[in-house]
Order: sequence, then C-alpha cells, then structure tokens
Amino acid sequence: MELKPCVNIRQEWDIVGARQLGREKAKELGFGTVDQARIATAISELARNIYLYAGTGKVYFETIDHLDKKGLKIVAVDEGPGIRDLSQVMQDGYSTSGGLGAGLPGVKRLMDTFEINSEWGEGTEITAVKWVR
Amino acid sequence: MPKRVDRIVLDNSDIIIKNWLKIVSENRQNDYTSSISDELFQSTNREFVNVIFDSLGNGGGLTTELESFSERLVNLGWPLSYLTDGLQTFRRVTIDFVLSQHDQIDTDFFSIILDRVDTWVDPIINKLVNEYSGSWEHTVSLQRVALQELSAPLIPVMRNITIMPLIGTIDTERAKQIMENLLDGVIKHNAEVVLIDITGVPVVDTMVAHHIIQAAEAVRLIGSTCILVGIRPEIAQTIVNLGIDLGKFPTKSSLRKGFETALELTGRTIHREKKQETIVEDIMNQLSKG
Repeated sequence: MELKPCVNIRQEWDIVGARQLGREKAKELGFGTVDQARIATAISELARNIYLYAGTGKVYFETIDHLDKKGLKIVAVDEGPGIRDLSQVMQDGYSTSGGLGAGLPGVKRLMDTFEINSEWGEGTEITAVKWVR
Repeated sequence: MPKRVDRIVLDNSDIIIKNWLKIVSENRQNDYTSSISDELFQSTNREFVNVIFDSLGNGGGLTTELESFSERLVNLGWPLSYLTDGLQTFRRVTIDFVLSQHDQIDTDFFSIILDRVDTWVDPIINKLVNEYSGSWEHTVSLQRVALQELSAPLIPVMRNITIMPLIGTIDTERAKQIMENLLDGVIKHNAEVVLIDITGVPVVDTMVAHHIIQAAEAVRLIGSTCILVGIRPEIAQTIVNLGIDLGKFPTKSSLRKGFETALELTGRTIHREKKQETIVEDIMNQLSKG
C-alpha cells in the first residue's frame, strides 16, 4: 500500500493546513485555478465538518494516475457521533449548528464523485474525487 | 563513593573535554550547524564544555554562566538539538572515561556512576529545553497578537464611505472581530456605505460566506448598506456551486466598481475637472472672437 499524505484535524487552524496541502497537490496534478479553488473549498468544508461535529479526525489525499485520466481523491475520516439521517444532511439548507447548511451538498456539487458512509455512533467517512479535465 | 566519581571527572577534565570536542566535531559533518563558521563552532564548543564543568564544579546544577550561555544561543537561533546532543555526548564520554579508569566494576559502582552523571546532566538539559520552549512560546504569542492587529481594519476613505479590506484566512475568532469592528466603525464614522473587500481571502466556504452574510445583515439593521467587493471569478464559481445565496446585498468584482456604486448611493458622481490650461485657452478663444 502506498503511503498517503494526511492531515490531522484537531483545531481550527488545521483546516488551513489541510486546504494548503490539497491545493498544492491539485496544482501538481495540473488543475486550473477554478478547480483548485473548488478543491480547496471542498476540503475546507469537509475539514470544518470534522472540527465542528467530530472534534478530531483525518483528511487523506490520494493522487489517481490512470492512463486515461488523472484526479485527486480526498478522504475525510472521523470517529465522531456519525450522521443519523444521510438524506437529510444532503438537503440544501439543513444544518444542526446554525450554519448555512450548504456544506455537504455543496461538496457534492464541487467535486465529480461523492460518497458518504456513516454509522450512527461510530463515525463518518467521506470520499470525493475530482478529475483533471 | 559519589565524591570519588566527582573527583575522577574533575581531575581528568582535560581528557574528557578533548574526547567530547572530538566526537562533537565529527558529528558535525552530517547535520544542521553546517552554515556556521568553523571558528565560531569551535569556540562555542569550548565555551559550552567550560560551562558544563563550571556547573559540575559547583556540585552540579545551574549557574549564571549556564543561563547566559543558553540565552545567547537562543537569541542566535542555534538549534536546540546542538545543546541536547552535546550533553548526551558529554554523558556518554564521561561514563566511558570513568569506567575505563577501573578494571573491575561491580554493579553497585556502575549504578553510582550512572546516577552521579545523571544528576549533573539532567538539570542542565531540563533548563535548556525550558529556555528554548519558553522563547518559542513567546514568539508564537507575539505573532498571535500581531495577527490580531491585522485581522479586521476599517478605513474611512470618504465621508459616509468606509472600506474593510480582508486578507488571509477567516476563522471563527476573526469573523467575530470583523463583525464587531464593522458595526463599531459604521457608527463611529457615520458610514452610509461599507465596502467589504475579499480580494485577499483565499477560500470562501460556507462558514466564511455565512459570517459575511451575517455581518452584512447586521450592517443593514443599523441603517447602512454593505457592498461585497473583490469577488474573483473562481470564487464566484465556487459560491454558485456551494449554492450560497448572496442576493440580499450588492456585490461587485472589484473595489473600484464597488466604490463607484458607493458614491452613487451617497449621491455623488466622479467629475474630471478641466485642466487650468484648457480653461485659459477657452477664455482666450472667446476674447479673440469678441
């Protein structure tokens, strides 16, 4: 198994660290400025969710380099309280913390693929990929 | 017994110093101090080992020399590992030397040597580590204060118009300050229009957008208008992707456009004044006609 770069999220400033690393990876892969901003924003949302709801967690980055396409995979993992109703959090405007409620549905729109696994009481794992065009 | 160990070490300080200097100089090849000149390195080493022996001569523990030495190294920015490695080496060299002085060593004597050397070296290491981490903490807290001073400035550019330029990441703490400074400033400068410039904000996610929306709403409640300016094209796209509604207040791509709008809102327009010469020419023309 290859070693994946990872950022631990423990405090608010770690979100900036995760974002910076992700942006760097995106730049290396040849993403344009708009996609770089999309990726950085998506990382920011995922990392902030970890910070807000789970307290601590990790954000992994993986560069995908196939013959026909390249991309960046972001995996956000935490062992927090988990999500009770997945369909609810994917609705625009739903928030339990008084925010805008655009985070997760927003990430789904910012990235190309989006997958969420969550077990109530056991944590959450979100995987999102953006392909280089 | 411990006294005997002390005496052996102090009486043979020359040999121990020589061994220590040799090992430290050898270790130097592959590490951090390569940017420091040879002379400085050697003289610092000599001073370091003298400071250690001073401390031993006083029965171990801290001396004013040691304090001033460590303080100077902190200020010069020498790595902490230079000092800890040096002391580690000193421990090894000293133990090796004392053991080599005795042919037969029982375990009791061995543990006395270890114990004795530890009581010399450990307080020095603790002191140095504290000194260094204290200086780092001091730097970090100073930088935090400096950052806070930069975090949310408000510039009154014209009567009734103020600008808040935002640069860098916005976290919860800063968002609070932005809101406070904005509302205070609007009242203090009697501003009708406030321009929030986000040209220097690298990422606008839902949290940042939420805080900006709240700030703008609060400004609206106290009777002023908030214009969001400096929205770069890629930021505009991510805001649309996130599905954030910024429709409640005017937004502009650049500070210039925002400022023009602010002038309009306060009932002013920009006029280019005719240059002095052209006015004189006009008068001359009229005179010559008449």
